[in-house]
Amino acid sequence: MAEIELEYLGTTAAAAPPKPLGPKRARRLGFSYLLPLVIPLVLLVLWELLSRRGLVRPTILPAPSAIGATARELVASGELIHHLLVSLWRVTKGVTLGAGFGLVAGLVVGLNPWAERAVSLITGVLRPIPIIAWVPVLILWMGIDEGSKITVIAIGSFWPVLLNVVHGIRNTDRKILEVAKVFQKSRATLLFKVVLPAALPSIFTGMRIGIGIAWMSVVGAELIAASAGVGYLIMYARELSQADVMLVGVVSIGVTGLAIDFLIRRLERRLLRWNANLQ
Amino acid sequence: MQTEEGKSLVIDRLDKQFSVASDVVQALSEVSLVARPGEFISIVGASGCGKSTLLRIVAGLETATAGEVRLGERPIRNPGLERGMVFQEARLLPWMTVWDNIAFGCRAETPNAERRELVEQHLELVGLKGFEKAYPHQLSGGMQQRVSIARALMNRPEVLLLDEPFGALDAMTRITMQQEVLRIWETERTTMILVTHDIDEAIYLGDRVVVMSSRPGTIRRVVPVPLPRPRDRSAYEFVQIRKEIYAEFFEDVQRPFAYAI
Ligand SMILES: Nc1ncnc2c1ncn2[C@@H]1O[C@H](COP(=O)(O)OP(=O)(O)OP(=O)(O)O)[C@@H](O)[C@H]1O
Ligand SMILES: [Mg+2]
Repeated sequence: MAEIELEYLGTTAAAAPPKPLGPKRARRLGFSYLLPLVIPLVLLVLWELLSRRGLVRPTILPAPSAIGATARELVASGELIHHLLVSLWRVTKGVTLGAGFGLVAGLVVGLNPWAERAVSLITGVLRPIPIIAWVPVLILWMGIDEGSKITVIAIGSFWPVLLNVVHGIRNTDRKILEVAKVFQKSRATLLFKVVLPAALPSIFTGMRIGIGIAWMSVVGAELIAASAGVGYLIMYARELSQADVMLVGVVSIGVTGLAIDFLIRRLERRLLRWNANLQ
Repeated sequence: MQTEEGKSLVIDRLDKQFSVASDVVQALSEVSLVARPGEFISIVGASGCGKSTLLRIVAGLETATAGEVRLGERPIRNPGLERGMVFQEARLLPWMTVWDNIAFGCRAETPNAERRELVEQHLELVGLKGFEKAYPHQLSGGMQQRVSIARALMNRPEVLLLDEPFGALDAMTRITMQQEVLRIWETERTTMILVTHDIDEAIYLGDRVVVMSSRPGTIRRVVPVPLPRPRDRSAYEFVQIRKEIYAEFFEDVQRPFAYAI
């Protein structure tokens, strides 16, 4: 009986050894990793062929091989990495600020229904404003250096974190709240052992969306006013009509965004091991 | 009725109405029952007759429309640690391991060493040694329910309310758990109120079996079980009592409107 029951523990039980990679399983795994690559590869080959035949003008859309060569150059010279790091550092600062405030505000609003009513009108008006609309305003207020860009990012990541924290807290299973009531748990226990863990998946969702938006808004802010960063790299390349550099910049934004999302998901899966939906 | 051993649980003419859409559902009507300190009461009744509602009012999770519940002299209005509850569903905290879920039943002031020992003891009691690090989603329904039982037993309440606690268990585990509950009841003299669908279980465990009928939920009969423990499920007297209780249900079925459902 004990052995049958251990089956339920799956991979987390120390007793269950990892399954050896049989040929069938390996093939299936390989297939699931390769599948997302098929369509991009086909497109790239097509694009390359069209470029070689001279059907696409290289000053507008360089061939993938040319873009690849430029990318290698920019990486080797450290230029691309430098701009990416500048942007990432801005995102880090902005997200810390925005997500931090979002978390605190979300807790206050989520735990006090009156607080939600009190701020409902303000949030209702502020929330739909696109981040890019803030950029000129913030430049007027704070100048064109770091402050305005970081504030833009902070605003961008604030809302999704706020909304998801409130949502997570509100959606705490009433049945589990009743259990806490029956066992007469203190307010602190209720908050830290019940409400926050219950809201954690939602908080993570908010963080993921927030960081995604932050990454998009930093590039937006840099396009308008900056002397470093990926956005600046793209703008500057446009002035010099370097389509290949521009495209390297654009693609690197996407790749970095994907990498960030991947890392957050990894962290999420680690911290939310209890969540059957993630397994 | 405050004696030295404990307090009676007095359920005094409870009424409970729910409003569903624009309708009013009479879940309980004029339900009265007195559980002596240390008494074991089983409640049986058709699905939807208000058993869970009754337990929830006693637990202090629901307020009655009329009437009241008292423990000793004190009216019950809120949950309290002197009343424990095993819910119909396991209701474990999904982010806590089995160990932490059981420890959740502990009083806040219990020192750590004692807490560890208690959890250890209760893990063993419900047969889940070796699973302390598992999360609820890694357990079967019956295992989850056993964790929930262990959690409720942790702080040894005066009154333990059990809402179909063994529903999800297999026959063997069920009998073991019944015996464990009896053992705990005998050593701790807890007042037990057990809701069950299993008439045998009701008779095996209870000093009295309360038969409820539905719409509105009322107490139809209270059948005493004057048999010494441990009880033999196939003894003549046991079977007689079972027949008596079955008869109550049968009457229900033979009423014409019951066919209409
Ligand atoms: N929160 C609620 N809102 C509205 N109606 C409710 C609520 N809780 C219970 N009821 C109604 O009260 C009646 C009794 O429900 P209850 O859960 O007490 O039944 P039960 O005897 O425990 O049934 P079961 O054996 O299926 O668990 C049902 O008709 C149900 O629809
Ligand atoms: Mg019920």
